[in-house]
Amino acid sequence: MPATLPRFIVMRSTLLGLSLLGASVALPQHAYAQTEPTKAPPHQKWSFDGPFGTFDQASLQRGFMVYDHICSTCHGMRSLTYNDLLGIGLSPQTIGALAHSKQFPGPVDEDGQPTTRPGTPDDHFKAPFPSDAAAAAMMGGVAPPDQSRLALIHPHGADWLYAFLTGYHIPAPAGVAAVPGKFYNDWADGHFIGMPPPLVNGALTYPDGTPATVEQQAKDITTFLVWASDPHRTARHHIGKGVVLYLIVLLLLAFAWKKKIWKRLHGGA
Amino acid sequence: MTKPTPPEHSPSCASTEESTGLAGWIDQRLPIISGFKAEYIHFRMPKNLNGLWNFGAILTIVLLLMLATGTFLAMHYTPTATDAFLSVEAIDRQLPGGWLLRAMHMVGANLFLAALYVHLFRGLYYGSYKAPREILWLTGLVLLLMVMATAFAGYILPWGQMSYWGADVISKAVGAVPVIGDTLEHVLAGSDHLGDIFVHRFFVLHFILAFLVVGVVGLHVAAVHVTGSNNPLGIEPKTPKDTVPFHPYFTSKDLFGLVLFALIFALLLFFWPGLLIEPDNYAPADPMHTPADIEPEWYFLPFYGMLQSVPSKFGGLVAAAGSLLVLFALPWLDRSPVRSARFRPMCRVGLIGLVGAFVLLGVVGQHHAQGGWMLLGRAALLYYYCYFLVLLPLATRFEKTRPLPTSIAAAQGDA
Repeated sequence: MPATLPRFIVMRSTLLGLSLLGASVALPQHAYAQTEPTKAPPHQKWSFDGPFGTFDQASLQRGFMVYDHICSTCHGMRSLTYNDLLGIGLSPQTIGALAHSKQFPGPVDEDGQPTTRPGTPDDHFKAPFPSDAAAAAMMGGVAPPDQSRLALIHPHGADWLYAFLTGYHIPAPAGVAAVPGKFYNDWADGHFIGMPPPLVNGALTYPDGTPATVEQQAKDITTFLVWASDPHRTARHHIGKGVVLYLIVLLLLAFAWKKKIWKRLHGGA
Repeated sequence: MTKPTPPEHSPSCASTEESTGLAGWIDQRLPIISGFKAEYIHFRMPKNLNGLWNFGAILTIVLLLMLATGTFLAMHYTPTATDAFLSVEAIDRQLPGGWLLRAMHMVGANLFLAALYVHLFRGLYYGSYKAPREILWLTGLVLLLMVMATAFAGYILPWGQMSYWGADVISKAVGAVPVIGDTLEHVLAGSDHLGDIFVHRFFVLHFILAFLVVGVVGLHVAAVHVTGSNNPLGIEPKTPKDTVPFHPYFTSKDLFGLVLFALIFALLLFFWPGLLIEPDNYAPADPMHTPADIEPEWYFLPFYGMLQSVPSKFGGLVAAAGSLLVLFALPWLDRSPVRSARFRPMCRVGLIGLVGAFVLLGVVGQHHAQGGWMLLGRAALLYYYCYFLVLLPLATRFEKTRPLPTSIAAAQGDA
């Protein structure tokens, strides 16, 4: 029952007088403090910040490279198709080649044996595991979360992702009892996490010559993940500016028309 | 009480206006043209209506927007527990313009409820529920219930974590009804767990309720065209000097209100979507994993607060349902002949308190009525009921109302 109706706290108070009300005013702060999340991660400067922000395409493409080479080993992004990468500026040829390089389960052959086929741009990103249950079994009981909407679901998405990816301490800081098979991270829930530090200096080479430091990779993959969880942000902001401008002009016209009409009444008609 | 201004729709008048050509031919057989003219052009409106009277038109337009966007969303939605989430993701990501359709539907749902609350408050404040507008008030309340049911059903459809666990809380609450609770819960869910049947069922309910709302809106609008609109003074128009024709006076005023509303709509949709979306609902429904914080949409929070402030599940359900049902009795609880709260000092203060209590219950809901919030929630709930069941009946007898102006024109100084 507690699992199905969380916080459905049953408190039997027989008296509901105003005298109780006075005493209760001081209480809420205390109760609320328990559910207060941990401190906010430091804010980074992002290309996509604010109502006029647009994604830095070079960073998006580097970020996808980080995902494709590193994260995708364990984390799926099942809501995205390869074609969606048009949105980060990849060409249809690049996308076709990329999809073609992935092997997907195909139809069974005439002997009833399973086959594989190369991917197409309309395929969803290839999942790292056959199922969530298989992922959990192979990864020590917890399936690595899907990253399609990760930046949206996590509070302080972008800043937290960056802080988390750059927040590992190996070994754990002095005075903290190490947990075997777990890694210390400033921003992980409970500080210990099963995922080893995913980013290593120079683990990949960016084709555009940007030095692949941990910080740079963290910045790029975060930008990519924020794009993935809100792929139409740039278009939304662009269209929004036009729509709002149009509506402001229309509002002024509507206001002038209304004034003109109602003046007849007050003008002593 | 004077008779409201009768709208001009006598058949003889219609035939003189549209007697030639195709329009005349149609109009003599089905008076849609002269009917429209009578109800939306020449229709007399009190001339002192304020901005709060814009919300009827706003709600109509938003309803049409919801039907239009909803129809196209439904064409791409898959109502099964396994595919619902992914089909919504595909609408948002791969369907050209799908993100805009869905954003309009989501912002539309939120602002529809917001506008509905303002519209309801206006009715309470200016006493629009009193004779001869009881049927208008009752159809409006039926609409409120239907819209809330539609919104709830719609929130189920993306089948994210909040969809699932919100549905879980509600079906468990229904299950708390004595004797028939288990049966009701089973009827609601369609099986012993919330799965395919449940999603499919609520998809159909969402769709059909939306169109039933249109039907009841027809009754609601018909009712207001019989009695005429109430106004901020709460006195009936007596002479033509008190009224103006709907067009161009209220077409221009409604247009201004609509564009202003559209501007707010656009700002939320394009630049501040984070204010209205619940991030947790972008994780697919997982019956094995309860989220840390189950919370309904903001427009249900006051009722969630009531549900949680009462120490028994069934009691909470009764309190929440009763808070809506008590509104149906309002025309008969408040017998004061004065309508507008402008002339009712006691009611005015009481009503401001009622709004405060309602908002407070929402905050209590947000904090799950824990600790001191529960006491605050109970006090607010008690006040909510006392306003309707104690204060209003008492005010009818003891309140010293301020003198009413002789007419709308007199109040505006041009009698």
